[in-house]
Amino acid sequence: MSLFLIVALPFIGALLPGLMNSAGRTACASVTFTVTLAALVGLLTNLPSVLAGEVVMARIDWIPSLGLNFTLMLDGLGFFFAALILGIGLLIIAYARGYLARRDNMGEFFTYLLLFQGAMVGIVLSDNILLLLVFWELTSLSSFLLIGYWKHLPEGRQGARMALTVTGMGGLAMIAGMLILGQIVGSYDLSVILENREMIQDSPLYVPALLLILLGCFTKSAQFPFHFWLPHAMAAPTPVSAYLHSATMVKAGIFLMARMWPVLSGTPEWFVIVTTAGLLTMTLGAVIALFKHDLKALLAFSTVSHLGLITMLLGTGTAFGAMAAIFHILNHATFKAALFMSAGIIDHEAHTRDIRRLGGLRHLMPVTFVIATVAALSMAGIPLLNGFLSKEMMLEEATHTVLFNAPWLVPGLATFASLFSAAYSFRLITHVFLGKIRDDYPAKPHDPGAGLWLPPAILVVPVIVIGIAPFLAEPLVKLVTYDVLGGAAEVPKAYFKIWHGLVPALFMSIIAVFGGLILLMAYRPALRIWDGAPRPEAKEIFEAIIAAAVAFARQVILSVHNGSFSRYSAIAAVTILALGYHAWTTGTLGAATRDMQPTSPVAIAGWVMLVAATGGLVFLHRNRLLALILIGIVGLMVSVGFVFFSAPDLAMTQFTVEVVTIILLLLALNFLPKTTPIESTVLLRVRDAAVAIAGGLAAMALSWHYLLRDTIAPSISEFHLANSYKGGGGTNVVNVILVDFRGFDTYGEIIVLGIAALLIYALTETLLSGPVRARLLNRVPTEPVAGNMHPMMMVVLTRVIMPVVLMVGFYIFFRGHNEPGGGFIAGLIVSIAVVMQYMASGFSWASARLRYPYHGVIGAGVLVAGLTGIGSWFVSKPFLTTDFTYVRIPPFNEFELATALLFDLGVFLSVVGAVMLSLESFSRLARTAYTKDSEYPMDIDPSREDDPPEGAPAKEGV
Amino acid sequence: MEFLVASAIGILTAGGIYLLLRLRTFPVILGISLLTYAVNVFLFASGRLTIGASPILIKGVETYTDPLPQALVLTAIVISFGMTAVIVMIALGAFLGSNDDHVDDQPEDDAPRAEDAT
Repeated sequence: MSLFLIVALPFIGALLPGLMNSAGRTACASVTFTVTLAALVGLLTNLPSVLAGEVVMARIDWIPSLGLNFTLMLDGLGFFFAALILGIGLLIIAYARGYLARRDNMGEFFTYLLLFQGAMVGIVLSDNILLLLVFWELTSLSSFLLIGYWKHLPEGRQGARMALTVTGMGGLAMIAGMLILGQIVGSYDLSVILENREMIQDSPLYVPALLLILLGCFTKSAQFPFHFWLPHAMAAPTPVSAYLHSATMVKAGIFLMARMWPVLSGTPEWFVIVTTAGLLTMTLGAVIALFKHDLKALLAFSTVSHLGLITMLLGTGTAFGAMAAIFHILNHATFKAALFMSAGIIDHEAHTRDIRRLGGLRHLMPVTFVIATVAALSMAGIPLLNGFLSKEMMLEEATHTVLFNAPWLVPGLATFASLFSAAYSFRLITHVFLGKIRDDYPAKPHDPGAGLWLPPAILVVPVIVIGIAPFLAEPLVKLVTYDVLGGAAEVPKAYFKIWHGLVPALFMSIIAVFGGLILLMAYRPALRIWDGAPRPEAKEIFEAIIAAAVAFARQVILSVHNGSFSRYSAIAAVTILALGYHAWTTGTLGAATRDMQPTSPVAIAGWVMLVAATGGLVFLHRNRLLALILIGIVGLMVSVGFVFFSAPDLAMTQFTVEVVTIILLLLALNFLPKTTPIESTVLLRVRDAAVAIAGGLAAMALSWHYLLRDTIAPSISEFHLANSYKGGGGTNVVNVILVDFRGFDTYGEIIVLGIAALLIYALTETLLSGPVRARLLNRVPTEPVAGNMHPMMMVVLTRVIMPVVLMVGFYIFFRGHNEPGGGFIAGLIVSIAVVMQYMASGFSWASARLRYPYHGVIGAGVLVAGLTGIGSWFVSKPFLTTDFTYVRIPPFNEFELATALLFDLGVFLSVVGAVMLSLESFSRLARTAYTKDSEYPMDIDPSREDDPPEGAPAKEGV
Repeated sequence: MEFLVASAIGILTAGGIYLLLRLRTFPVILGISLLTYAVNVFLFASGRLTIGASPILIKGVETYTDPLPQALVLTAIVISFGMTAVIVMIALGAFLGSNDDHVDDQPEDDAPRAEDAT
């Protein structure tokens, strides 16, 4: 089966458990099981090639320019891990079916599990390190979901967060490390990287890359000092612990160290860092595990310890060490997963995992007793079980490893850790299963159904088989070791056997086992010493660090982000000014290439009006109505300026936009206070004025120098002028650019405009459905209302003028391609025509005659424009390619038909819809404020005659 | 002529920044509008100031003004209307909700927030 399919199967399959949820728990588990089985079978079809020593590859270029390709690779190492992930996955799924309670959402659980499984398989099969990183982060995320699966438990949520923080940070570090590695080699393909050992190790960037990658590996594989998250992750349901935290995810870091072994190992840095971390983790984990009373915590720390053991073996950098590591990965996965499942069974049946409350279970749960005992003895390193073999190899390797010039250090600590390892294994057996039957179990323990005990029982089979006949595992381990070494070293000749003669490792083993027994006998005094000893609590340190980070972030953010908009604006303005000043002083100014154009009295008159209106606006802005008039003058003068400087389209647009903007602001001013009070001190105003004047001078200087110089590169405008008629079929170049050359831009812009209008609509809806509604209804108009709600002159005039304005709009629209005009301007003109009806005849009257809702008009506009663009696909052209032709219908002159016109229709509709929806939303607020206005527009408001105007709650139309 | 346009841009910018730094929503909105004019005129002028040469192709005429900044500014004007409308709506909603049209967080608003944070 294709490697792509093997990786994709769990991801695709992740959709199924959710769908099968209502079909029942067994169906849900079965479909998950089937998906995993299919992936496993697919993996096994590649076994012959792997056995033949080939590397199976599959490749799709994804983003080749970034070196990111979807490349998968299957060699012995990848096969070994993938088989472990999928094989143990099968057992876990079967076990989880029996383990999860009826109230647990099984579909959710299995979806997460399959996501995790897919991500893990992705890691071990990736050939591209960037792809590997993607999968790596996916395992962090999916394990977060799995650890926090029991959302109602605070421990679960905290554990999940902690795991995500630690592994996620490690993942970030690893991304940096991998990128450095890719930079050194010049390729992100693992197969290429693995062949460049010298290039990488000679690079000055080797040490940073190594440190960052190891940070990722150590956090993931819970190495000291990042080991603390693993025990807290034990709040997860036991199937998760058994799967993620013994067999798979925590081995991802180890996998990566093994994968990178040929290029990263063998240097003093690697040796010191990895071996030391492994040795410390192994020792610390073993010691802490012995004193844990929670069965799963004991197993968690023992896992930490065994991961340390494997890390240490990889750290030695010898071929024998690597082989021992691989062998121990296999052995540990079998006995530890079996132990976790047994712990889960005990928890499930006895309703407690506290070792102090257990004991004597061998009579009550004989099957579980046998399984757990075999697995625990293997963990202790008892002969004829697989744990013994790899532990012997570890001890053997330890005797040859010299760290910090102290020959006794590594063997001594290894023996010490093995001693504790034997002790906690024995403790698990004695304190849980042996002893007298108690009568105070929280529930009556008994052996569970086969669904729960069969999966661990299956795992115990290889524990015994490999333990008795190690030569069975030898070819597999050597095959994998060959791929780990990657030609950097020869696969060791050593045979796997139980009896190696009277070697030092044997004596160390004997010391460890008997020492462990003695330690267990002295457990009570040892526990008292342990409990009395002061030791740092990792969780508290972690939380203190997080709290410090949060406090720091809060301090930084609150000092600049204090809720004062004026401050942000001032900071932004000053920063932009400072940057501009820096650019000005450090850059060079070329000579002016353009001559000043002569000015004219008309231009000066316009300038004076603009300046006067702006100045007036600044000084008189406290009177808001006056300010509105003044800003209208400014907009008008800008429009006139556009006319003056040969931009008729712009002038028309600016002018019409000005009209709707003023109407909009008037509608808003209806509610807002009519004046702005004086609040800021004179000093503050002087400061603001200084900033403003500096900004104005800067903008002026920039414009001034810019206007006198030609652009450095030739402008692309010539192209547009030359091709407007030939290619776009229109003589109004601005319009052709809008609907043709840069049609995609325009398409995006009408969508933005539509979204803005919908946003306004949504805000209005929110306001009207909240407490604001009551306030609006109780509001009394501050200004005297007009007596004549709908002045007859205005009503008549607007209705008469409506068809004329519409015709002007359509005329402007149709001529747009060749003369000033087009969809934007026509849309604004038509909007104004409609707004006039609202203003003159009232909201109800106009709304009643509204045939299409404005949302629909916006949607239709975007749709028309989009479909026009898609239309060009049917003639195998890119999106939004226009076509045009000239037709002649006898009585008329020849005229042009272009698909761009359809696109412009879309623009037109969007603009009408967006403008009208915005204004209508504002009016709706106003309408709610007063009593209902009349259905008859030309009425006279009688309340005006009865009551004096001041304070009368009278009617008003909008 | 260039000086007139450049100084107009400068004055619009200065007025815009000053109003932007005011404490109430309405002047801030006016300030943003002034800045919008300034930016649009600047973008437009980047094409070069041309009098009497509209970008409408006519047979025999060789000089035209630069059409590209015009097209860009045209959409900018329409979009800025949409954005102004959104800001006005937000300002209006804030005022109707709290009867206060300050742009800055007011001290009494800060007190409950600090409690939430702990």
